[in-house]
Amino acid sequence: MNLFFASVQRDLLVHFRHPSEVLNPLVFFIVVISLFPLGIGPEPGQLKEIAPGIVWVAALLATLMSMDSMFRSDFEDGSLEQVVLSEQSTFTFVLAKVVSHWLLSGLPLVLLMPLAALLLFLDEAGVWALTLSLLLVSPTLSLLGGIGAALTVGLPRGGLLVTILVMPFYVPVLVFATAMVHAAEAGSDTIGYVYSLLAILFGSLCLAPIATAAALNLATDQ
Amino acid sequence: MVGGAVRFESLSDFFHMGGHGVYIWVAYGLTMVVLAANIWWPVMVRRKVIRSGKLAMLKVINSQKLEKKS
Amino acid sequence: MFNWLHRLGSSKIFFEISGRWQVSLLSLSLLMLAGGSVWALLFVPPDYQQGNSVRIMYIHVPAAILAQSGYVMMAGAAAIFLIWRIKLADIAVKCIAPVGASITFLALVTGAIWGKPTWGAWWVWDARLTSTLVLFFLYVGVIALRAAMERQASAGRACAILALVGVVNLPVIKFSVEWWYTLHQPASFSLMEKPAMPAEMWLPLLVMVFAFYLFFFAILILRIRNEILVREKNADWVKRWLEVR
Repeated sequence: MNLFFASVQRDLLVHFRHPSEVLNPLVFFIVVISLFPLGIGPEPGQLKEIAPGIVWVAALLATLMSMDSMFRSDFEDGSLEQVVLSEQSTFTFVLAKVVSHWLLSGLPLVLLMPLAALLLFLDEAGVWALTLSLLLVSPTLSLLGGIGAALTVGLPRGGLLVTILVMPFYVPVLVFATAMVHAAEAGSDTIGYVYSLLAILFGSLCLAPIATAAALNLATDQ
Repeated sequence: MVGGAVRFESLSDFFHMGGHGVYIWVAYGLTMVVLAANIWWPVMVRRKVIRSGKLAMLKVINSQKLEKKS
Repeated sequence: MFNWLHRLGSSKIFFEISGRWQVSLLSLSLLMLAGGSVWALLFVPPDYQQGNSVRIMYIHVPAAILAQSGYVMMAGAAAIFLIWRIKLADIAVKCIAPVGASITFLALVTGAIWGKPTWGAWWVWDARLTSTLVLFFLYVGVIALRAAMERQASAGRACAILALVGVVNLPVIKFSVEWWYTLHQPASFSLMEKPAMPAEMWLPLLVMVFAFYLFFFAILILRIRNEILVREKNADWVKRWLEVR
């Protein structure tokens, strides 16, 4: 337990001192969203229609951008090896890393939702559904992305590879999340989607850290 | 023609496939290409592996001969 | 029991046994592929709705089935490697990936070609094609990871982990894509999901599916043998085998 809180605290501290690592994906998120009206046309009706998809794709890309740094700095300064080889549970360490990653990338994205909604003319129901869906899903994104980050942590240019590896796993999440937003905009009940997203979240919570821990063990085995 | 069960009246009918000829023949052709490539690649690698393996063995024999001379 | 399992996983024994069967297996598969194709092209009745383009089904469906079960086989080998450390299983994972990817590619392209005369578009985001596309990305991921880690000792285990994560996700992905498609389905029926087929249509399909599987295993054996020769190149039995070539 000590390791868990110590790890989270340390990650938060480090990133507050170097905020660019946290801010870059967020800026990227807004930039990507802004590109769509430029590419598609500024017509509100059109943008509103595809807004959930745009926001979600931008969120996925921004998350993947920040994923590479989850374990890399620890790997490079040797502290990853220390933790993995110690008696401490690697599973707990992974959870701590996922939590701090979510606090630094997922949560800020959720907070940016109103801005994204403004840019793409989403109405109130849509904004709420979008924010809720991202809130439910962003931990899952961090959990699943952590597997890719751990598998590629030793590789020099692992960043883009993580995207290729993890994207297929994000497909179900994307499908359910955008469907939820569309349903909310149409006025129908979204509780079913909430359950589905929660189910995916809890499933990932139980299983993903196992794979991530196994991959970290590999990375420190060299 | 060969056997009454064949579904085409003539050879040109067969190639034409009721207007879908291009699609069918491209699909079957592509399949042949992919399957042939799947055979060709490991066969080519096998030749390379055997060649480099024998080369490595020859080098060992040569260096052993040189050792014996000296 | 584990003794037997380890013997089965011996590269040397696999090499010897597969050497005796590889030519006949490949020949049989090619024969069946040729026979099945002739059957599909000449003797199968044209479909009431699709006309002759239904003949493409006899390639697309076997390829799609094999693409998916190939991944499951790869994941099975990955599990065996992670649990029992049998090196032949790692070789299997390495060799299945590119073959599976090319079969998936074939399924995708023949699916698109089939779609054009049937639906009038080169590509449709229907459930089957979309999940086949995602499957293709899963294969590419395994190949890319192995390529990136080529020189590292843990490459095998990393790819094995990835393959297992992929296979666990595969039903979730398939389910979500199929469900997604029902939300957005333009037509009220899917032309690629055929209802009960008469025997004269599904018999050749069975032949082609079987033929594709045989071909898959024949090619896999070719690739695995190459990999064994490379990995065991310092073994005496390899040297003796090379001398006779």
